[in-house]
Amino acid sequence: MSLKKPISMTVNGVLVNAEIEPRRHLVDFLREDLHLKGPHLGCEQGACGACTVKVNGQIIRGCLFLAVQANGTVVETIEGLTKSGALADLQESFMRHNAMQCGFCSSGMLLAAAELIEKQPKASREEVREWISGNYCRCTGYHSIVNAIVDVLEARAKGQKIKPVVAHA
Amino acid sequence: MKAAAFDYIKPKALQDALSLLAEAGDDAQLIAGGQTLLATLNMRLSEPSVLIDITDLAELKGITLEGDHLRIGALVTHTEIEDSELIAKHAPLLKAAAPHIAHRAIRNLGTWGGSLAYGDPAAEWPACSLTLRATMIIQGPAGERRISADDFFIDLYTTSLEPDEILVATEIPLATSQEVFYFHELSRRHGDYAIAGLAALAQKQGDVLSQCAFTFFSVSSKPVMATKAQDLVNGQKLNEELIGKAVAAARAEIEALADITNSAEAKQHLIGVLLERGLKHMLASMR
Repeated sequence: MSLKKPISMTVNGVLVNAEIEPRRHLVDFLREDLHLKGPHLGCEQGACGACTVKVNGQIIRGCLFLAVQANGTVVETIEGLTKSGALADLQESFMRHNAMQCGFCSSGMLLAAAELIEKQPKASREEVREWISGNYCRCTGYHSIVNAIVDVLEARAKGQKIKPVVAHA
Repeated sequence: MKAAAFDYIKPKALQDALSLLAEAGDDAQLIAGGQTLLATLNMRLSEPSVLIDITDLAELKGITLEGDHLRIGALVTHTEIEDSELIAKHAPLLKAAAPHIAHRAIRNLGTWGGSLAYGDPAAEWPACSLTLRATMIIQGPAGERRISADDFFIDLYTTSLEPDEILVATEIPLATSQEVFYFHELSRRHGDYAIAGLAALAQKQGDVLSQCAFTFFSVSSKPVMATKAQDLVNGQKLNEELIGKAVAAARAEIEALADITNSAEAKQHLIGVLLERGLKHMLASMR
């Protein structure tokens, strides 16, 4: 029953082959087997969103998706998306607004915010709050996070990008 | 917490999935989006010996327009429904309801069929399928059978699905040009389970509604229609007085059940609040 299954997936642009127990969920696989510590494991029941990663271009809860289900998919984490620059203006905006709170939710917040900007480029402040409610953890307020996302929405609507002060390697 | 150990199989064909399900019996659990199942596995509320992943089954995929109805495959995700132009045009109630389901990351994986088959009384899709008078298409060892949504939902997390059957798709009659609808749910935080919700639909001529369907969810052990309120409103000129009567009838006919944080009385009250808002909304949507 604990027979391991062979899996193969692309993680941050690199093909990964592994043998894993079917019960291993994707975040444990990413964190423990691939040592990608960006996606966090919070509630492990889909409530907090700290484990958010992208699978085949869409954000998902990494704790509610098995690594075997990810077989054959393209997985992206905060590490890969930081390197590619896909989140650069969001990350810069988060830094300018000090939109961290305790920081545990940050990687999930950034990935969720990126999909909001892609899907609802005209989102109102209320819609931003509604969208990121899936990443509320144990802090409160989230004002600076909302401000940071709204700034990026406004900049992009004008065809601008908030440029990072510090270039990413 | 971590899930207990289980095996995992991903059949390519519906017949293979049915055979695997028949062989494994009660120990097997189907998995589609897994957005409820994974949480229960992680909490060890369920410990199946094998998961049968049905996400490769072509028969269960896609939204298609077929004559006088829409066919929604069981594997269609909440996000696909939210973003579908076919849904927006032919089943606008579903488009309105989709954003209320959890959060985008969960809607990207969770499925229409999974929600129906799980039969959660607080879920949006069972209520919407009742309101839309949907037909469930089910495959089992003996072949295909069809059942109306009305007969499908039996009790708390209990549907008419047999352990060896798979829900394949749902057929929904197309929205007419006279159709008006209202969907709303009251919850403490967006994406949380509703304290009470309403999926309402009617045909409208002038200020008269007919063929009303008012389905309340998260108030009882399964989604329930307020048939007496519907009968009161059907074919009558809708005005403040009639709205008042319908609200009273709905509160009287539905026996609300308390949940962990909300009393039965609170839910009974909210049933009326939702119906009043819904009827006023549908009256105002008149063209």
